[in-house]
Amino acid sequence: MPKNFALVLAACIVLLVVCVLASLALGSKPLRFQEIMDGLFRSDVDSYSANIVRKRISRTVFSLCCGAALGVSGALMQAVTRNPIADPSILGVNMGASLFVVCGIAFWNISTANQYVWLALAGAALTAVFVFGIGSMGRGGATPIKLVLAGAATSAALGSLVTAIMIPRSYVMDQFRFWQVGSVGSASWGGIGTFVPFLAVGLLVGFLAAPALNALALGDDTATGLGVRTGALRFAAALAGVLLCGATTALAGPIGFIGLLSTHVIRLMIGPDLRFVIPMSAIAGAGILTIADVGGRLIGRPGELEVGVVTAFIGAPILIIVAMRSKVRSL
Amino acid sequence: MKPTHHFQVERIVAGYENRTVIHGVDLVIPSHKISVIIGSNGCGKSTLLKTMARLIKPESGTITLDGKPLGKIPPKQLARVVGLLPQSPIVPEGITVTDLVGRGRFPHQSLFGNWTKKDYAAVAEAMETMRITEFANHNIDELSGGQRQRVWIAMALAQETDILFLDEPTTFLDITYQVEILDLLTDLNRKAGTTIVMVLHDINLSARYADHIVAMHEGKLVAEGAPSEVVTSTIVKDIFGLDCTVIPDPISGSPMVVPKGRYHVHAEYTSR
Repeated sequence: MPKNFALVLAACIVLLVVCVLASLALGSKPLRFQEIMDGLFRSDVDSYSANIVRKRISRTVFSLCCGAALGVSGALMQAVTRNPIADPSILGVNMGASLFVVCGIAFWNISTANQYVWLALAGAALTAVFVFGIGSMGRGGATPIKLVLAGAATSAALGSLVTAIMIPRSYVMDQFRFWQVGSVGSASWGGIGTFVPFLAVGLLVGFLAAPALNALALGDDTATGLGVRTGALRFAAALAGVLLCGATTALAGPIGFIGLLSTHVIRLMIGPDLRFVIPMSAIAGAGILTIADVGGRLIGRPGELEVGVVTAFIGAPILIIVAMRSKVRSL
Repeated sequence: MKPTHHFQVERIVAGYENRTVIHGVDLVIPSHKISVIIGSNGCGKSTLLKTMARLIKPESGTITLDGKPLGKIPPKQLARVVGLLPQSPIVPEGITVTDLVGRGRFPHQSLFGNWTKKDYAAVAEAMETMRITEFANHNIDELSGGQRQRVWIAMALAQETDILFLDEPTTFLDITYQVEILDLLTDLNRKAGTTIVMVLHDINLSARYADHIVAMHEGKLVAEGAPSEVVTSTIVKDIFGLDCTVIPDPISGSPMVVPKGRYHVHAEYTSR
């Protein structure tokens, strides 16, 4: 077990609870303590403010789920590619998922969460294969810098396609504006219900793959010597990563940088053992996304700022720092 | 003492995508011995080792462990008998010595990677054998090249295999560390009876430390046997294209190759 692990775990859980409380209490409409308590614990009170609080409950649960999914997705993608900057948003994977969903809405009148999910997964998987294929071309294979470039270029191209499809269709634009930037604001219990099975499968595969991914971190040759089927492992872990980020994007739009932020914060504190990094990235991702959402609500008053905008502002500088360091060393 | 195994290579043809490097090699690895594969650059010695360690799938031929083809043995089960230290493994950023050595326990662990008492004991023993216990909580980045290599070998030892393949374990190390590593591997062979197969660059150290030498040239096995039989001026000329004279190593008595270049040659040797 990494040193300080118990301490780090306790601190993360405390911070997570603080994030949850903040997400329930703070928002674009300031509420009094009594109003919050009524909304949380007294189902017989049916006031405007109590309903706001109830809406915040589902929103908070949804942002926790999305954050956990994105955190683990980032950790898995980094482990599979052995590349410290792999993250669904940097690889363009969630923009691919977004494009497929927007196409579905615009051209095939798709409108239920169940249908979004499958479209988003297909988009995510195709984009992942495409970006990794381009990033691996030429000498040296998939180096961090080449993957960033391939991902950024793909992401920009797909993002402009999303815009091109949305602009002439004002009805899509109004309803699904968050597919450009990502938001957890439209969460419903039904959407969460669709999302949870994908989250569960993705997390389970991620946790089970951790010991083998630890071996893979020592290089393909070492991993093979330790009895790992590297091809099968990569396939399973990448699939879980795509599943987690695709399902998130289907319901929340392309939220960036959570995978990068959470894994690097965790690795800094507890080191590179993936048996701990993967679960802790889920906790960190949930906390970071939730607090970013609260920040967006407070900054954007009286409306709100989509959480995807907030995470991009926090994440971009971190990406630059990590990419500069990884010129010298890679995972 | 480790159990005896029969590791046999038959008519192996192997190589990379568009280039066959090994053209039909037959070999039986002597159990409980140190075998060293020697040959010039590009002769296929590393490729042979990689093929035996299952990193490369042979184009034809079979490799068997105790009569069973390697492909028929589940990878984790095989990894409990045959271990490998590749030439350039990757060091994850910020990893500690204990964490790295512990990753050698993978083939012994259950689906969830839970650590048992046996795992802790094996890691402690491997670190003891490689004399790195004092660095247990250090970052790998803080160690010297020789210490790092001892950590990697400890990782392979923690795997507790009966057969251990090492691809050039002494390359890039100072001569002091080369001797230290080879001494430690000999300890392992003598005390635990671990069968060791390695590729080495230095022919004189190979002749001193090997029980069995396998000489390769252009993808074929040219000679094998005890160092005194294989390391002769004729065979050295054949596989390296080098004129030399072979004398007994004053320290060990094993054959020692003294190369003969175009300069600095005494008169008594110029005619030959």
